[in-house]
Amino acid sequence: MSFLKSTLVALALIAALLVAMSVLLMTGGYPAHTALFALWSGSLGSWYALTSATLVRAVPLMLTGGAVAVAFRAGVFNIGAEGQLLVGAAAAATVALALPQGGIITSMLALTAGAVAGAAWAGIAALLRSRFGVLEVISTIMLNFIALHALSYLVRGPLQEPTHVYPQTSTIVQGVQLTRIPGAGRLHVGLFLALALLLACGWLFRHTAEGFRLLVAGESPSAAASAGQIDVARTTRRAFFLSGALAGCAGAVEVLGVTFALYEDISPGYGYTAIAVALLAGLDPWRIVLSATLFAALEAGEGAMQRDANVPATLVSVIEALLILAVIAVQAARWRSRSASMDASDAPVVPVVPG
Amino acid sequence: MSDVIAPFLAATIRTATPLALAALGEVIVERAGLINIGLEGAILAGAFGALVGATGAGVAGGFAGAMVGGVLIAILFAVFAIGLRADQIITGTALTLLSVGTTGTLYRALYGSSGAALALPTSAPFAIPGLSRLPLVGAALFAQPPITYVMYLLVPSIAWWMAGTHGGLSLRAIGEKPDAARAAGISVARVRVLAILAGGVLGGLAGGTLVLAQAGTFAEGMSSGRGFIAIAIVVLGRWQPLGVALAALVFGGASALQFAFQAMGWHAPYQLFLALPYLLTLAGLASAAGRGRAPASLGKS
Repeated sequence: MSFLKSTLVALALIAALLVAMSVLLMTGGYPAHTALFALWSGSLGSWYALTSATLVRAVPLMLTGGAVAVAFRAGVFNIGAEGQLLVGAAAAATVALALPQGGIITSMLALTAGAVAGAAWAGIAALLRSRFGVLEVISTIMLNFIALHALSYLVRGPLQEPTHVYPQTSTIVQGVQLTRIPGAGRLHVGLFLALALLLACGWLFRHTAEGFRLLVAGESPSAAASAGQIDVARTTRRAFFLSGALAGCAGAVEVLGVTFALYEDISPGYGYTAIAVALLAGLDPWRIVLSATLFAALEAGEGAMQRDANVPATLVSVIEALLILAVIAVQAARWRSRSASMDASDAPVVPVVPG
Repeated sequence: MSDVIAPFLAATIRTATPLALAALGEVIVERAGLINIGLEGAILAGAFGALVGATGAGVAGGFAGAMVGGVLIAILFAVFAIGLRADQIITGTALTLLSVGTTGTLYRALYGSSGAALALPTSAPFAIPGLSRLPLVGAALFAQPPITYVMYLLVPSIAWWMAGTHGGLSLRAIGEKPDAARAAGISVARVRVLAILAGGVLGGLAGGTLVLAQAGTFAEGMSSGRGFIAIAIVVLGRWQPLGVALAALVFGGASALQFAFQAMGWHAPYQLFLALPYLLTLAGLASAAGRGRAPASLGKS
């Protein structure tokens, strides 16, 4: 797609978003003008809002969005980024609190622990699929609920702060926290980590054999095995691990860079928004930078909308769902016009789930 | 001992009823070769529909509203999955998100952003004369809200319909070999749309059950994964109505163990009990591996 064309698509998308928002607001009887102004000023309207509200939220959305994209590309329907994020946050907090003297080395260890924990949590779903044929759509959602209850237990039990009053851990010492970017408010260096990882994922799909194996295993497992001599089971397992690691990393970055303590509500559903983020970006890791920022701006602005115009914050999830549906509809229409003569049962809107 | 067993059985049936309703609907959908992850959204929309209906027109209005809510989500699923041939899993996921957002927004807009719980008219238990006097199981099985009896009747009805009628045969044929069914003159799209709508009605009723026969109120996100659990129950019940009803009962019983444990003075972190339904679903799915066979065209078109 040429630069001009993608710019036009982006502008059309934002215009459609604004129209949809206004219609929804007006049917709800809310002052659309006040609400949209609040949305703007709370998300992108000032340097402070851009950095401390929008980009701070964009970091976990980039990482979880990348997690969803990697999985979906490889035909793995990982709906479990939320649970993998929570597990990653718990592992990172445990390491960070256990080794407060370690400074940046502890930070590194904590990030690694988060990624490993997220990969392991996704690994359960991988094992259930390869050994027992359990659909990962169901297993990863079950694992989300289990992770949430396990986290609730941890912050009220073994990891609770010493006074045992609040359901959260102690605060992570400053030396272990991720450094803030000078002049950018609450924004921390996790942003660079997220950008680097998305860059690497995009590179993986565009220029490496492993990335090609993931794509082929997702598009057509049987062709991958017979014509490409690809070990599909192994490739799929790797997709689960990579996806889980990215989501776990999001949790670690969040706890080390934003919340500085572990508690139940550490994620406002980043792992679910991530599905919209990844689909809007066409499952392309590089474009996720933009779609994550867009959704982060919406989520940053929803608080301001609620405050200034009394608009329920849940309206943003309606917008997110409508965006996914719009993307599906456009993709389906485009696919139809391109190959109206082909057998419809081969339609790959995104990789079709195998078996 | 009976002071433990009777409440245990009652809790089993209570948990199983909405799950069985939703799973029976999904059986019809899956036997047509479709997988609707949006069932979770249909249950939630049903719960919200029940709230709206019951505030206006009592319990009956509540169940009517619940069916409308479930059907609305089902219509959207049909438009995308059948009309546009979009990916079923992604469509279902999006519809669940849409239902969570829409019900939450409407709830706050209509009933105040405080989200204070509303007390609704509820569907009272109705003791069936005679049967409810049976020792031990009588009260648990036959002194339930009427919707439970609807579920009892639906199990054999759907089983008979699928096995013994022309419509049921068409449904199963489409699920196994859509091309052959099409060649035999069956309108695949029409049957699939009808199956999706039936699934929406039953999913909506499941949500209505939660509100009208159990909680007596609506809460945001109150379906809490039951749609996904119901889809797992379809697998455990091997895509058969009777099997699904049994799987829902086993599941309800296992979840109700927490009440028995608490009554017996067992101590464990309460989060373990809260996580139990999800752990059981995973264990059940793993143990069902290789037994029973999914409809051949499931999720493929």
